[in-house]
Amino acid sequence: MTDIKKIATRESYGNALKELGEEFPDLVVLDADLAAATKTGTFRKAYPDRHIDCGIAECNMMGVAAGLSLVGKIPFVSSFAMFAAGRAFEQVRNSIGYPHLNVKIGATHAGITVGEDGASHQCNEDIALMRTIPGMVVMCPADDVEAKAAVRAALEHEGPVYIRFGRAAVPVINDRPDYKFEIGKGAVLREGSDVTVVATGICVDSALGAAELLAAEGVSAEVINICTIKPLDEDIIVNSAKKTGKVVTVEEHSVIGGLGSAVCDCLCAKLPTPVKKLGMQDVFGESGSASALVQKYGLDAEGVYKSVREFLK
Amino acid sequence: MNNLELQKHANDVRKGIVTSVHSAKAGHPGGSLSAADVFTYLYFEEMNIDPKNPDKEDRDRFVLSKGHTAPGLYAALANRGFFPVEDLKTLRKLGSYLQGHPSIHIPGVDMSSGSLGQGISAAVGMALGAKMSGKDFRVYTLLGDGEIQEGQVWEAAMLAGHRKLDNLCVIVDNNNLQIDGPIDQVCSPYPIDKKFEAFNFHVVNADAHDFDALRAAFKEARDTKGMPTCLVLHSVKGKGVSFMENNVGWHGKAPNDEEYAEAMAELDKIEAELEKAGEA
Repeated sequence: MTDIKKIATRESYGNALKELGEEFPDLVVLDADLAAATKTGTFRKAYPDRHIDCGIAECNMMGVAAGLSLVGKIPFVSSFAMFAAGRAFEQVRNSIGYPHLNVKIGATHAGITVGEDGASHQCNEDIALMRTIPGMVVMCPADDVEAKAAVRAALEHEGPVYIRFGRAAVPVINDRPDYKFEIGKGAVLREGSDVTVVATGICVDSALGAAELLAAEGVSAEVINICTIKPLDEDIIVNSAKKTGKVVTVEEHSVIGGLGSAVCDCLCAKLPTPVKKLGMQDVFGESGSASALVQKYGLDAEGVYKSVREFLK
Repeated sequence: MNNLELQKHANDVRKGIVTSVHSAKAGHPGGSLSAADVFTYLYFEEMNIDPKNPDKEDRDRFVLSKGHTAPGLYAALANRGFFPVEDLKTLRKLGSYLQGHPSIHIPGVDMSSGSLGQGISAAVGMALGAKMSGKDFRVYTLLGDGEIQEGQVWEAAMLAGHRKLDNLCVIVDNNNLQIDGPIDQVCSPYPIDKKFEAFNFHVVNADAHDFDALRAAFKEARDTKGMPTCLVLHSVKGKGVSFMENNVGWHGKAPNDEEYAEAMAELDKIEAELEKAGEA
């Protein structure tokens, strides 16, 4: 393979905030002592007066963001997914979701690709938690291009938004002139007729790789990238399932409550279809390099390929 | 507004509390009544607000962090003209906008609240936002003395002190009772004043039921620069209804018809006395 540009979506997040700072003068960024890791330090450097470090107090930070939004600011709250969606869940639900405030949550270090820090910091539950909150938009960008587009879309959207970013560098797959982003719209990245592979976040690249391997064996896989898990692009999933009759979901998240569950919710109601959910199979992660973990839990191209082949048997 | 007028409004607020909770057959009269005078002072004297334009941009903000005392807030808002007093009887009923805990969709309510410890954080965010935008409105938030057992309160206090939010006034309704009993027996937050002082607040102790004391305390808060102020208001839970006073049983219980009549008779008597005092 030729050199593919790789960048972590958390970097994209920090860069996007800095780039959008001028256009959105009300944009303010909050952190809980993790500005270096969440990459919002990039924004802080450019706009020191619009960056608020709340200290290691995520629950308060969510409430402070709620208050800021009520006096005209557009706060982007940053922390690791574990603490943003996990620790501060109830604050997000009651202080942001219930009053439907214009607060954006940028959660970095989601999923197992946190790597060496281990299970305590590997949040595989955030999509599940956030999508239960009425009115919350939940996005999980696949690469640099999509991450930046999602940050802009979140700023332009009125209401609460949760965006999930990763720690590890991932290939840029959406770098094309006709790329368009819209909240709630999925994209067919590869057409196929035997099976639909619906993926989100870093697993989109794995799904594309798996489709290549399957094609070599004569299996035609359609690959759909779902960045917005809520509201879900139901049409794109139903239309593809109609064609292939079999669906595989891939996510760096628990198979309980995440993309797989969202897809099943949709197909159950609209077009009952056999679905195989790939992701963390109701287990905690562990320490290791991001790539070793992705491989161990079957979320790399090879792992997805094997699971799809097994499913099609 | 003179003290007698404030006392009359406070008595109306208390009648609103008792009436709405009785009508709802549920709710929290004890902590609403202990805070009735401070609700009255805030909405009739202290805050820059306009019932005809509840969302005006430069208004002072209020967050009821102890959200279960919504009956007190609603009664103050209704009597101040934000919505009809008659609507208080719809409290907690299906289809009513008067939700069991404050909802931002109610005229005059600046923030949804009810899950303890969260309102103060929103108030800190509002005060911080005002500072960042160079706006000079003030932000008030009312907490229960049991509520300050929540760790989030101290996260918020730490940030408020650190950011020197002198446009923020944190009020603690110190009625000394929480559901499981006296606060110093459940899990003592005392000394409350010293704790806020340690978080870089200016602290004022005052009698929650004395309008001269409230007037002085709020003035001191406004005059304090370079740090937020915490008013520790020493109150009586259930204040104004004799059988509810200092009785934790009335934390979250509605009066039955008999008790309602008795409570209203007491408040009517106070009203008559206040009228008489006004004529004298």
